[in-house]
Amino acid sequence: MAESQIQNYTINFGPQHPAAHGVLRLILEMSGEVVDRADPHVGLLHRGTEKLIEHKTYMQATPYFDRLDYVGTMNQEHAFVLATENLLGIDIPLRAKFIRTLYDEIGRILNHLLNVTAFIFDVGGMTPLLYGFEEREKLMEFYERVCGARLHANYYRIGGVSADLPDGLIEDIAAWCETFPAVLDDIETLATENRIFKQRVVDIGTVTAEQALDWGFTGPNLRASGIAWDLRKSQPYEVYDQMDFDIPVGKNGDGYDRYLVRVLEMRESVKIMKQCIAKMPGGPVKVESAKISPPPRAEMKRSMESLIHHFKLFTEGFHVPAGETYTAIEAPKGEFAVYLVSDGTGKPYRCKIRPPGYVHLQALEMMSKGHMLADVVANIGSIDIVFGEIDR
Amino acid sequence: MTQALKDLGEYIAQALPQDVLGTEVNRCGELVIEARAASIVKVATFLRDDTGCLFKQLMDVCGVDWPGREQRFDVVYNFLSMKHNQRVRVKVATDEETPVPSVTGVFSSAGWFEREVWDMYGVTFSGHPDLRRILSDYGFEGHALRKDFPLTGYVEMRYDDEAKKVVYEPVKLTQDFRSFDFLSPWEGPGLLPGDEKAS
Repeated sequence: MAESQIQNYTINFGPQHPAAHGVLRLILEMSGEVVDRADPHVGLLHRGTEKLIEHKTYMQATPYFDRLDYVGTMNQEHAFVLATENLLGIDIPLRAKFIRTLYDEIGRILNHLLNVTAFIFDVGGMTPLLYGFEEREKLMEFYERVCGARLHANYYRIGGVSADLPDGLIEDIAAWCETFPAVLDDIETLATENRIFKQRVVDIGTVTAEQALDWGFTGPNLRASGIAWDLRKSQPYEVYDQMDFDIPVGKNGDGYDRYLVRVLEMRESVKIMKQCIAKMPGGPVKVESAKISPPPRAEMKRSMESLIHHFKLFTEGFHVPAGETYTAIEAPKGEFAVYLVSDGTGKPYRCKIRPPGYVHLQALEMMSKGHMLADVVANIGSIDIVFGEIDR
Repeated sequence: MTQALKDLGEYIAQALPQDVLGTEVNRCGELVIEARAASIVKVATFLRDDTGCLFKQLMDVCGVDWPGREQRFDVVYNFLSMKHNQRVRVKVATDEETPVPSVTGVFSSAGWFEREVWDMYGVTFSGHPDLRRILSDYGFEGHALRKDFPLTGYVEMRYDDEAKKVVYEPVKLTQDFRSFDFLSPWEGPGLLPGDEKAS
């Protein structure tokens, strides 16, 4: 028989593939069913967020952050308002800090619920996704009650949060915290020890600690590789230093560990939420200074000065002293940071957004090389990517 | 914390006297190092491997455009040291022509960040294994985050039903992007006509 020449062939995966988690176009060079090269083409959702922010006032920039990672939105806003507060050099009231911490954790659970269950869905388990969405619905209701929007919250403001919690909300969140662990148990019984699930994800996409550092991994992906690093512990912001919680750390850095870390993190988040609720102090929810936070409506009817402040804030905005800062928070997906350069005017001179998913997707080729085609899907599911933040 | 960062800045400046142009702890309490563009690889390697630094992670690389300067672009590197729980920012300046050495050999995470800086600002990186555009469209021209690139861009695209394909056309807007100058005369940065008489 004549010797036949076998050539590698390329597969175009996405951008409309349901397992691509959005608009990922992946060019896969295959040798048989084994991946030789994976080249993600990103940017199909590029909206020029950074350019737009340069043309808006600081206050107008926060809604853009909801539209980055649209799964757990308030965490992104948090990075931007913290960066601006850093440049302004202001400190926000304690109650606002607690509210932000509480809603950060709600955002984390929102994100992990979708990722964990969609990951299970990617490798064949359908039911957890349905369970997860039910809980997400309840959490989005908490979003809605506090700011009126289910996803694009625009709740965190520079100098605090936009409004105080309405009556009865805190009790409802507390009640939800009691019921949620049982749902998590249900999801876990379906997946954690599931034979098929483990066949698909154990030892797939293994990332060692050195690789994770080299490729800039952060968040649950880094912790799954065995490095106990969490900005909430090591560089605490808001009131995380008063909270008692643990950092789950993985051992092997494979897809299964990333799944486990996220599930455990949700349980820790519930712990933090309970503490926030128990310790929630009274008081104002935004800074008093009318130069930064708009005056209350009622006051505007009577006070000329308030009216002027309001007008100035919503047209020109406030001026941020010249300077620059790199402010990072522990978003659900990893380190979400804003590098903000101010030139002393009312608009940011430069606002670089550092999305965690961008960095993780970059490492997809390293993780997938030598794996089967089906494992690429498991890898995409396990690193938790959302294209709103990758493409910006 | 600030003192520790100051010491660290001095330590780095002493170790790399030829490459570091200046160090500063800014008012947000962050250490900023200005370095020569040509020696960024050396600086990055030192930051990663020196026991006093151990900045094992390159978190971010981005560009900043200052059109008024001769070397109009800053390339900004943000490092994180988990060992010492510190961050450091390294800035190098370059212009449209001069390439910056790529740090992909030191930190793999730099690959896409440098592609993004090339895409958005047109800063080239020498020694980068795969310097393609990343975020903008296939066949895009120009560098979108430069200050002289208009917010609306130059082309828009639509699906042409007759040609049965997506076509690009010069951008047409029924209303321009409105940018109002709200700088009030008594707190704006610039001088107004007649101010010289008052001083």
